[in-house]
Amino acid sequence: MDSETKVVSIIESKSGISKSTVENVAKGIFTVCAVTAVFAVAAIALYMIISGTPAIFKVGLKEILFSTEWNPAPTSGIDPSFGILYVILTSIVGTSMAVLLGVPIGVLTAVFLAEVAPQGIAKWVSAAVELLAGIPSVIYGLLGLMILNPLMYKLELAIFKGSETHQFTGGANLLSAVIVLAIMILPTVINISQSSIRQVPVHLKSASLALGASHIQTIFKVILPACKSGIITAIVLGTGRAIGEAMAITLVSGSSINAPLPFNSVRFLTTAIVAEMGYAEGIHRQVLFTIGLVLFVFIMLINTVLTKILKKGEVQ
Amino acid sequence: MRKRILGAVLAATLVMASLAGCSSDKTADSSNVTNAATTAADTTTAAATEAATTAAEKKLSGSITLSGSTSMEKLANALAESFMEKYPDVTVSPEFTGSGAGIEAVTNGKVDIGNSSRNLKDAEKQAGAVENIVAIDGIAVIVDKSNTVTNLTKDQLISIYKGETTNWKDLGGNDAPIVVIGREAGSGTRGAFEELLKVEDACKYASELDSTGAVIAKVASTPGAIGYASLDAVDDTVVAASLEGVAATADNIKAGTYFLCRPFVMATKGEISAQSELVQEFFAYIKSDEGKAVIEKVGLIVAD
Repeated sequence: MDSETKVVSIIESKSGISKSTVENVAKGIFTVCAVTAVFAVAAIALYMIISGTPAIFKVGLKEILFSTEWNPAPTSGIDPSFGILYVILTSIVGTSMAVLLGVPIGVLTAVFLAEVAPQGIAKWVSAAVELLAGIPSVIYGLLGLMILNPLMYKLELAIFKGSETHQFTGGANLLSAVIVLAIMILPTVINISQSSIRQVPVHLKSASLALGASHIQTIFKVILPACKSGIITAIVLGTGRAIGEAMAITLVSGSSINAPLPFNSVRFLTTAIVAEMGYAEGIHRQVLFTIGLVLFVFIMLINTVLTKILKKGEVQ
Repeated sequence: MRKRILGAVLAATLVMASLAGCSSDKTADSSNVTNAATTAADTTTAAATEAATTAAEKKLSGSITLSGSTSMEKLANALAESFMEKYPDVTVSPEFTGSGAGIEAVTNGKVDIGNSSRNLKDAEKQAGAVENIVAIDGIAVIVDKSNTVTNLTKDQLISIYKGETTNWKDLGGNDAPIVVIGREAGSGTRGAFEELLKVEDACKYASELDSTGAVIAKVASTPGAIGYASLDAVDDTVVAASLEGVAATADNIKAGTYFLCRPFVMATKGEISAQSELVQEFFAYIKSDEGKAVIEKVGLIVAD
């Protein structure tokens, strides 16, 4: 404490600016920074609402959200249809499957890094995880396209051998997209879980061990429950990353609109926008903005709901 | 301290003043020379400009209106842009209302040029529309290199894309499922393909990709895949299938034997020679090397 006071007083005497001026200027800078972030969020929300709502009035909210027929630019003379139910379901199912697959692997890796692994190995694995976080999403997509899709096609050929009704997708299906997403959320989940595991007070662990529990028992009965909120944060951020990803899965998911079954070619909310923005015009383009709005609302909902669950956990 | 600085400043000012005096004399001398030079240069430039104007065309100004096919949007916009770049005083304004509406507009005299992505009907010709084919849109059907089926009939192609034929063995190939790949809704290539085969909104795609390159890459990497792409974009990673025994080449398209193609017509009311000077110039531009480069740039075949 003493040393800190000293430092401040030195600055004061040399620069000749009063302490309150420095404080006020700093406060001003902080406020401007904070306003920038808030302004960005408000501007995006406003823009999404302005550009996403016209189509809702023209097509009808029910028609968009609950119809499965998507034919936005018919080549024959029939009326276009803008049902995105399958697209919404695909985003929900795909993201949940990716989280179900990615979170256990991520959390167990975090346990390994924080508790089980010898120092040397942990260093290497940590480096690998950091590298995974830095890989651009398009690279995940390309690898999925070149490696995962052909493998998935072999599996598809084996499972649906002789099937008359199945439409073969060449391996570009929901399952491929889920696997790519699950790998993509790993770094987020691992890093956040790991830091929350490391924050668990040592005395909890020591007490458990002293009472005769084994190391594994301690991990699952004491450490993991103690850092529940950290793991929930990891899930929230992982879900956000998965539902918002477009580039990687547009390459591997096939991008035809179908019900979200594992071996169907599917389109997510994000890829639906990416896939057709190029040539879309008129009401078709407006509906694509509406899809963006739906995605926006989804992410908001996930954030608020999961954050509430998180806060509830902390109160207990 | 202060005095010393003042002295230095004064000294510097004196030096500067004397320097300025010297240089101003020199400038006076040289400025005369420069003036003379400029006058000479001016005369040459004027002469050169005059020569250039006479050598090229008279200065074009005015506006051209186009209306019609939505499929020709890319071509019409590209031609309009490059033409306006060459003649900044000219305005070319294309509208996209559909082939039929475009031809009707030109025969009614509402626009200068009616765009149509099909040949003109006899009734339209009788109404005074003249068919000027400016480019040809050719589409190649592509399969992966290991596929033994390299020739398809029109009916086979239709049944593949409608999802009725699902295995290559039904077409004389190996026992492998057909993976049907196409473009996204709104794509001009998809529109043309479905229109030419009369399978509008009836296609069952396993994959809808958003670029020509993606379709080619996907077909190249997926055994049993079939896709379609602009002819000029097809490379040697895939095989362009023959249709009805006719290979997909620009020559066959020009000869009219390859059926998966359509003309891009810019119809005028009466022959081109009967049009305004500006419109004649526009057609001359399309036929020039510059115009041909624009046509090829948007992925079309130049019509002869």
